[in-house]
Amino acid sequence: MPIRLLLLCCLLLAPLAARALSPAQARALADGDTDARIAALDQAVAANAPGLAPFAQALLDDAVKLTPAAVLVVDGAQAHDAAGGAPAALPDDAADVVNNNRMRGALQAALAALELRAPDPARRRAAVAALAAAGLDESLLPLVEQALGAETDAALKSSLRQLRATVMVGASDPKRRLAAAQLLVDADDPGVRGLLIDRVAQEPDAAVRAALQDSLARLDARLAWGERLGLLFTGLSLGSILLLVALGLAICYGLMGVINMAHGELMMIGAYATYVVQNLVRAYWPAAFDAYVLIALPVSFLVAAAVGALLERLVIRHLYGRPLETLLATWGISLVLQQAVRSVFGAQNVLVENPAWLSGGVAVLPNLVLPWNRLAIIAFALVVLGLVAFLIARTRLGLFVRGVTQNRAMAACMGVNTARIDTYAFALGAGIAGLAGGALAQVGNVGPDLGQGYIVDAFMVVVLGGVGQLAGTVIAASGLGVLNKLLEGWSGPVLAKIMVLVVIVVFIQKRPQGLFAFKGREA
Amino acid sequence: MPLTRRIFTISSLALAAAAASLPAQAADTIKIGVLHSLSGTMAISETALKDMVLMAVDDVNAHGGVLGKKLEPVVVDPASNWPLFAEKARQLITQDKVAVVFGCWTSVSRKSVLPVFEELGSLLFYPVQYEGEELSKNVFYTGAAPNQQAIPAVEYLMSKDGGSAKRFVLLGTDYVYPRTTNKILRAFLHGKGVADADIMEEYTPFGHSDYQGIIAKIKKFASEGKKTAVVSTINGDSNVPFYKELGNQGLKATDIPVVAFSVGEEELRGVDTKPLVGHLAAWNYFMSIKNPVNAAWIKQWSDYAKAHKLPGQADKPLTNDPMEATWIGVHMWAAAANKAKSTDTDKVIAAMAGQSFKAPDGFTVEMDAKNHHLHKPVFIGEVKADGQFSVVWKTPGPVKAQPWSPYIPEDKGKKDEPEKK
Repeated sequence: MPIRLLLLCCLLLAPLAARALSPAQARALADGDTDARIAALDQAVAANAPGLAPFAQALLDDAVKLTPAAVLVVDGAQAHDAAGGAPAALPDDAADVVNNNRMRGALQAALAALELRAPDPARRRAAVAALAAAGLDESLLPLVEQALGAETDAALKSSLRQLRATVMVGASDPKRRLAAAQLLVDADDPGVRGLLIDRVAQEPDAAVRAALQDSLARLDARLAWGERLGLLFTGLSLGSILLLVALGLAICYGLMGVINMAHGELMMIGAYATYVVQNLVRAYWPAAFDAYVLIALPVSFLVAAAVGALLERLVIRHLYGRPLETLLATWGISLVLQQAVRSVFGAQNVLVENPAWLSGGVAVLPNLVLPWNRLAIIAFALVVLGLVAFLIARTRLGLFVRGVTQNRAMAACMGVNTARIDTYAFALGAGIAGLAGGALAQVGNVGPDLGQGYIVDAFMVVVLGGVGQLAGTVIAASGLGVLNKLLEGWSGPVLAKIMVLVVIVVFIQKRPQGLFAFKGREA
Repeated sequence: MPLTRRIFTISSLALAAAAASLPAQAADTIKIGVLHSLSGTMAISETALKDMVLMAVDDVNAHGGVLGKKLEPVVVDPASNWPLFAEKARQLITQDKVAVVFGCWTSVSRKSVLPVFEELGSLLFYPVQYEGEELSKNVFYTGAAPNQQAIPAVEYLMSKDGGSAKRFVLLGTDYVYPRTTNKILRAFLHGKGVADADIMEEYTPFGHSDYQGIIAKIKKFASEGKKTAVVSTINGDSNVPFYKELGNQGLKATDIPVVAFSVGEEELRGVDTKPLVGHLAAWNYFMSIKNPVNAAWIKQWSDYAKAHKLPGQADKPLTNDPMEATWIGVHMWAAAANKAKSTDTDKVIAAMAGQSFKAPDGFTVEMDAKNHHLHKPVFIGEVKADGQFSVVWKTPGPVKAQPWSPYIPEDKGKKDEPEKK
């Protein structure tokens, strides 16, 4: 029984070391198979061994190394002995302590359990939440009981009781099981759901089973909300990407009637502009790396707009009124742009890193986490939409654009330089494509064929929304996003994509003018 | 007419010159083909393999070459386009007259080139773990068969240390490798008493980039019962958005571990791995394995990457399992050709049997005498915060490959060696 012997050592040695782990404790925690290490950990937690928390944290941080003589905690280039804390030399052959998921889970639970004794209620609350998320292990039950006895905060007391109930629900006494099942009525952790389903299946006592089923039904009802909102959010998130992609096209194709097959490549240029800005900021101004996105967005707009203006002046201008030639010419341009990017940046994907503030997410409900990058893109799409709507509806440029698209000859008679307005409008559409590319670089891969994956979606949104209509584009984009995600949840992403295409084909057959159409002589 | 005649004279002279120079050139070098995607969705994984072939060729040449001649690599880009793989393979064999081809990552590309190699009697070295269910005389498989990767990984997940998983999500890219591997895994899990209700199978297209819905589905499935684990056979650049989403949604390895079969050090380059700590990968090699052979090999790769200014690799050199398998493959072929004193396909095949090589995984790996697969050790690693893997489980030594899975009933009685043609 080496474990028991080990524990005996721990117990004997514990009183000797005043503020640190004993060498035997440290070695038992860091060396050996996972079963023995977890047993040692449980024992140390129960004994409230001094110095356990920092050592457990060091283990979690992969900062512990083993030599035959000592257990060392590494801190940068220096190391100190885990037992005693004396500085120590770090030999080259010191072995890393490897923690697997099971050990890491146990360490996290142990740290949380130690935090249950913290004086600050906020820290205790965090500890209870961490224990609930990890799933309470039976070995930590005495600690929870102890904490429950000492707890003064009423809210914390009830969450501790609930935490205890997740273990008690498996007790041998039916009365205690019943009490636990009733306590779990208020549980909102998705992890409890699996536990309840499992217990319902094996519960022999009818009353307890009924209580468990009641708790489960209520939990399901609460979690269902998270699922519904989650579906809506993923749909809106996809919709916001589709909207960004389609907005530029809504101007080029919708307002000006140019079938621009190179639209996707203008997005790709925007994404590469973001990549270049990221590298420049990292090289010359590393302190501001987290803010590179804010610099990259205007740059992607300007670069894509410049390429767009050039395209309009050199190629598209000569093809107005000849849609088939425009289509072929812009398709050719898209290939040229792709190859150009391949030649300059290489055929491989390039790496665009998320700044720290776009990583991670916010937990709104226990089973609903909204990632920051998705939230940011939804907000960004709305801002771009607002700017475009303002530009078209309220500014002089917008007035000219609308005038030229509605009646070119009349606009020219009124003194509008229609050729210049064409260039501006096309450049604006291209610039918005660039913005979309810059935003997409935060969620997807950036490579020379980035644009090809989105060009079909963009045309789908514009055609479905009704050519020439911003409002139609918005509704079509969010509608397609939600529909896509709804079908994806039901049939998987491969089939969902096909079904969405079928829906659109059928819709366009029934209503060729799209969701919205000009009510006027044209329509 | 005089002009035409002059052209004719010049061109025939040129032809004669070319013909005269051909044997001279052929005497100098032996051509070998490199057939890896350098663009498209698989470029993220395959580009490093192309560079590794080139480094291995340099290494073989520096040690005397093959049959006293230098190797000359011919690199083509099949662009993640499966039919193009077959075209390029044919071009390499018939036009460039290569003695052997190193290439392919996805099984669909291998299936695409296989008829070409069998028809033209040439030789392919395939360096990536795959689904098995294939044994061609014209292919040497230097990656893992399912029993050298997938099965041990799932066994680990079911073990106490792996989290005693009872429910499984089989998530993959929609093509032959994930579908076949998952078919084998499902049969294996049935044998272990896992019911169909506890297995969820899900596929995404190549290049898929929106994993929100999939991850929500995984979370929901996990909340419906006991401990759940995800087995990912996602291939190519889809892995970057998948792992980013995994981190952003806070799916922790201690709750729902994800074990991947096609994700190594190279695919995680540029992904923020701090939220991903503890997710797993199963391979026959990890860069973090400590032994002198591996240290020397990593050093050689770093120097090579710096000297050739390889994008990404020059700043942060990374090695991974398929690169190791490529390295082993080139060296074993060179040794076999030297042993056979010929680059003739049949003679090399005969000489390959029982070839051994001191590999960076710390073992001397051996080519099976019959089944064209390597005996390889199996490692299971967990992602660390720095994007490397720490080995949490390994086999005591190399394992013999079983290309025909014992869990698939139709495979009963199939011979463990290629059919003689």
